[in-house]
Amino acid sequence: MKRFTRSLKYVYLGLMLLFLYLPILYLIVFSFNNFAVGAGRRVSYSNLGRWNGFTFANYGTVFSGDAGKALLLTLEVAFASSIIATVIGTAAAIGINTMRKRSRNVVVSVSQLPMVNPDLVTGITFMMLFAFVNGLLVKAGLSQINDFVKLLIAHISFSIPYVIFSVLPRLKQSSDMLYEAALDLGCSPFQALIKAVIPDIMPGISSGFIMALTMSLDDFVVSYFVADRIQPLSVYIYSNTAHGSRGVNPALATIIFIPLVAMLLGVNLHRLSKEREYEIQNKKVKMKK
Amino acid sequence: MKRKYFAYPYIVWMILFIAAPMLFIFYYAVNVDGVWTFRKCWETLTDLQKWRVLWVSVEIALATTAICLLVGYPIAYILSNMKKSVAGFISALFFVPMWMNFVLRTYAWRAILEYALPDLFGIPSMTGTLGAVLMVLVYDFLPFMVMPLYNTLSKLDKSLLEASRDLGADGKTTFFRVVLPLSVPGIVSGITMVFVPAITAFTVPALIGNGNYNLYGNEIEQAFKLLAGRGDYSVGSTLSIILLVCVLVSTAIMNHFDKDKEGGSIL
Repeated sequence: MKRFTRSLKYVYLGLMLLFLYLPILYLIVFSFNNFAVGAGRRVSYSNLGRWNGFTFANYGTVFSGDAGKALLLTLEVAFASSIIATVIGTAAAIGINTMRKRSRNVVVSVSQLPMVNPDLVTGITFMMLFAFVNGLLVKAGLSQINDFVKLLIAHISFSIPYVIFSVLPRLKQSSDMLYEAALDLGCSPFQALIKAVIPDIMPGISSGFIMALTMSLDDFVVSYFVADRIQPLSVYIYSNTAHGSRGVNPALATIIFIPLVAMLLGVNLHRLSKEREYEIQNKKVKMKK
Repeated sequence: MKRKYFAYPYIVWMILFIAAPMLFIFYYAVNVDGVWTFRKCWETLTDLQKWRVLWVSVEIALATTAICLLVGYPIAYILSNMKKSVAGFISALFFVPMWMNFVLRTYAWRAILEYALPDLFGIPSMTGTLGAVLMVLVYDFLPFMVMPLYNTLSKLDKSLLEASRDLGADGKTTFFRVVLPLSVPGIVSGITMVFVPAITAFTVPALIGNGNYNLYGNEIEQAFKLLAGRGDYSVGSTLSIILLVCVLVSTAIMNHFDKDKEGGSIL
């Protein structure tokens, strides 16, 4: 009976994983599909359901045209915005941690707004803000804010809170003595932060950075409302999925999926080896005792 | 130099780009082409069609949340009872799809529901049905339900379960009287993480529902995107204010259930 329920559990998990990965696998399989039907016909990815034979051709054209530009833009915005958000957010967390209770509460609750707000609302508020500012700029005879800057500002804004809320708990754990000890030992306040506080809260900073990166890479809604003339990957995909449009090259899915799997395996192997190291050290300590 | 000053660049940023944009919703709701008027705002508020859409969205979002909870709870429970090293890897497998662009995944579902499954089983296309929309919504939000549940369940003190066994409770009683009540914080944050985005998901109804099941998000999106021109900012803003009220109310209700929440953050 026990063995039966255990295997039932694995069957359930397996089915759920199949459900989660089915569309990804489907795209990967169809990335080898021949979409150019008949000689010299224009490639259309819209018939994503009919198998016409095996080919690698889709991988040759995956970065051509707007798709490549969109992928590059997504990566640029993601890395630039999450680096800036990590710097501003970490500094903010250090500052917030030393604030008085009342002003801290105000800052913390306003910072939670982007996390509580639906993406849709965040997106349209930025759209309206930029429309308003651009209106003023045109009246003043100046040039409008460029789309890349708009995207960058929006992505930094919705990422910063995630950085702050992953650094703050870490700061609370670390002792204030560390900073004071560094000062007593002759560091300037800035040196004390760089040499003592930052290394201590590094795990919080790096998980904040990863969160910011994830949020930015995964964003569709905010970019959709903010950018008018340029398209990040998610907006490019959405605008090419309407019925009757050209469709999206399924090879894109493989291109995105493989680095993810590599990262997952890398992180897990790293953790497993760390765990083993820890076990070995524990054994050594016990033997010494 | 005080460390407090380090927060100042952020505070300036926060005022400019987090607090100020929120004010524009209210500004554009009552300001049409530079004229202050409540007319558009009132027209939108009294448009019964919009309220009907809101009601349908709430129903669909509630159904999505309920299915996610029913399907996701066993996943999180099984994962939390596994050996640490195995559970880490398998739970990571559950969260990897979250990193993959969801528009692309939704697009794949459309191909599967429109061509692959109908061809395989000889049935008509499944897009444009309520079942298809619900399934893809559940698909998109399931990891957001599993993650907080898994976090809560894996931190559960296992000695409490032993205590319950020692005191004579069978597995079922232990689950319903000990595990379930202790996992309420996870359930609460899971529900908030699914319900709010589900009301505003406008891509799934557009791609899978063929426009048959427009949600409140589609209504707002169309007000801003399709009907170009500034006047319609007013309609969209008013709809967004209603949405914000709904979100605030649901968050408040959820917070009420989750008494030992610290700090009030969702994640």
